[in-house]
Amino acid sequence: MSDTLLKTIFGRLTLDSFPIHEPIVLATFVVVALLGGALVAALTYYRVWTYLWHEWFTSVDHKRIGIMYMVLGLVMFLRGFADAIMMRGQQAMAFGQNEGYLNAHHYDQVFTAHGVIMIFFVAMPLVTGLMNYVVPLQIGARDVSFPFLNNFSFWMTASGAVITMASLFVGEFARTGWLAMAPLSGLDYSPDVGVDYYIWALQIAGVGTLLSGVNLIATIVKMRAPGMTMFKIPIFTWSALVTNVLIVAAFPVLTAVLAMLSLDRYVGTNFFTNTGGGNPMMYVNMIWIWGHPEVYILILPAFGVFSEVVSTFSGKRLFGYTSMVYALIVICILAYLVWLHHFFTMGSGATVNSFFGITTMIISIPTGAKIFNWLFTMYRGRIRFELPMMWAVAFMVTFTIGGMTGVLLAVPPADFQLHNSLFLVAHFHNVIIGGVLFGMFAGLNYWFPKAFGFKLDHKWGARSFWLWVVGFYVAFMPLYVLGLMGVTRRLRHFDDTTLQPWFIVAGVGALLIAGGIACMMMQFFVSWRNREVLRDHTGDPWDGRTLEWATSSPPPAYNFAFTPVIRDLDAWYDMKSQKVEQPTEGYYAIHMPCNTWAGIVLAGIATVFGLAMIWYIWWLAALSLVALIATAIVHTFNYDRDFHIPVEDIRRGEDARTESLARAGV
Amino acid sequence: MSSAADQAFHAAPDSHDDHGHDDHGGAPHGSRRGYVTGFLLSVVLTAIPFALVMTGVIADARITAGIVIAAAVVQIVVHMIYFLHMSTKSEEGWTMMALIFTIIVVVITISGSIWVMYNMNTNMMPGMGPDTATMTSGGM
Repeated sequence: MSDTLLKTIFGRLTLDSFPIHEPIVLATFVVVALLGGALVAALTYYRVWTYLWHEWFTSVDHKRIGIMYMVLGLVMFLRGFADAIMMRGQQAMAFGQNEGYLNAHHYDQVFTAHGVIMIFFVAMPLVTGLMNYVVPLQIGARDVSFPFLNNFSFWMTASGAVITMASLFVGEFARTGWLAMAPLSGLDYSPDVGVDYYIWALQIAGVGTLLSGVNLIATIVKMRAPGMTMFKIPIFTWSALVTNVLIVAAFPVLTAVLAMLSLDRYVGTNFFTNTGGGNPMMYVNMIWIWGHPEVYILILPAFGVFSEVVSTFSGKRLFGYTSMVYALIVICILAYLVWLHHFFTMGSGATVNSFFGITTMIISIPTGAKIFNWLFTMYRGRIRFELPMMWAVAFMVTFTIGGMTGVLLAVPPADFQLHNSLFLVAHFHNVIIGGVLFGMFAGLNYWFPKAFGFKLDHKWGARSFWLWVVGFYVAFMPLYVLGLMGVTRRLRHFDDTTLQPWFIVAGVGALLIAGGIACMMMQFFVSWRNREVLRDHTGDPWDGRTLEWATSSPPPAYNFAFTPVIRDLDAWYDMKSQKVEQPTEGYYAIHMPCNTWAGIVLAGIATVFGLAMIWYIWWLAALSLVALIATAIVHTFNYDRDFHIPVEDIRRGEDARTESLARAGV
Repeated sequence: MSSAADQAFHAAPDSHDDHGHDDHGGAPHGSRRGYVTGFLLSVVLTAIPFALVMTGVIADARITAGIVIAAAVVQIVVHMIYFLHMSTKSEEGWTMMALIFTIIVVVITISGSIWVMYNMNTNMMPGMGPDTATMTSGGM
């Protein structure tokens, strides 16, 4: 076979693309292959594939899709954390003569993959998953506005994750840092497949993110239960609304900037090159126009979770609900006015830097107002320190520290010293772990009984909590110190051995966090084993205040047999205090959407298209693109899209619930 | 069923489970006349920039560029009114609010980028910056 023929068939893909000469990657591959093979074998042995396909993969139920998002996020979290612990290990040992165990080529991929995975395939799926699960329940809807689109969005996100994971074993990932700054990410400096993996993973996942943003906005605007005016929307749903507005406004910028980067790489345009009239600074500018709102896309849902948790576990109405809503809206606009603080040092001059420095400081005002509102909600409340509340308190302490170092970085002269240092790394981990991740863990512990019908085990949850919180401080406080001493980020090796103790302490912190993760997995296992003891018969295990607690745990496919009518902000608390009884008759058939194969199939074809583009396999790219469009068109001819749940099924389900409530003595 | 329950639940099917069917809920439907008007206006607004660039009647390229951008902006408005049926009242004012938000964000993004990039450019060391000749000919 001639070389040209091979190139036509396989593009850039050769036997050398498989990293058989890299022992670390090879060992990882063997472990992953064995575990994956064992999982597939087990699923086949227990014959659950058809169950998974019919009940989960093709499901358009917002609750199932929400759970799948959470599973995706948690699985990818393990991968992202593996990268983190590799970096901590490398930096703890690579001093003086010791080169550590990762070469520069590999190390650069590790820190890039860590950032990309943690933001796009951990934080985003966790946030989207929670919103997907909780929002329709909180507003008394049966599903989201566009149920098929929801399924499709999930699978596109999963497709991006698959492409990122594929880079571990076929070819390599980008070595550019998580934002792939030009001109480093251009063809001149990154000629291999790494940046292409980055581009296509994010472009395909970005389609999912954008569509789910559209979907949730439409849901919140159009599908609220009667009586739920804008200022009776539960605060988590408000934060979801603002988040999705930010997603819809910001993600097209990322799509556009990555599209221009791919034009530079694929067809030789000069948007971001050093020569030919290109301007790499425009890449930095544009990617941060998306990047800064992205920060708020991640944190606002966490704020929403904390608002719900603090109010529920203090047994009080949320303090300053209206100011919370306005704070969200103000943050939504201000999020678009601060992007330059990510590149003060690029040299826009004093005028521009002062403007963006001041807007950055202003954004801490609505955020601070939210912290005070949570504190005032707790003030004189009957606080129950259940797991979600513990995460909320840890968040308030940790996030405030992170916020203050953020304001410090907002001062341009200080930023000139701290830019690109480990101080910055410590700052954003402080707000992302202490804010987003703690928020997701609070939400996970809070809504888990709603989703699965049993509470999570408190003992293992508390162990996980303490290991996480202590581990976080041990891991990242040394980085603040090192950053102040001038150590820059993304270094693989150090000459100054006096720094080593700090890195060893940080490494110990990472190990504590690993213990926290292990305890969390143990928590899931123990809770599942003791599920009968931890069972929630009432549907309202925490004495909740919002509508999702008005239905059973787990809720039926149709969420509510009767659409609730809202008279108060804390609708469920209001219904409880009015002693409203569940109707036990007068059921009617409920109109629901059908499951569909189209989402997973379209996303599967999109994955093939992405991989073909990455490896320059043009015939396959063309074929899969045509297949993608054809499948989408075929799907539009499927008119069998909805069905009615018969009255008998609903009566059976609701009678079981009435019985269960009676047994629980409610 | 108690009377309190009557007030707390909708006891009849409502439009909230209306999946699969498109419910326009307040959005005005387009008329043939509206679509034709929109189409003709769009054709004219597309033809003008093409004609200007292809014939080169205006010597100054900057004026041509200005007219092209102006025609593009007007065409956006034409699309919004005739094809997307946006008005101050459609969808209970939500489309208007979405438009206002979009305009705010777009104005911030574009004017901010121009301001930032202009300042970067003036602060470049002599001889380092991309020279203006290649900027205009090889730009976007």
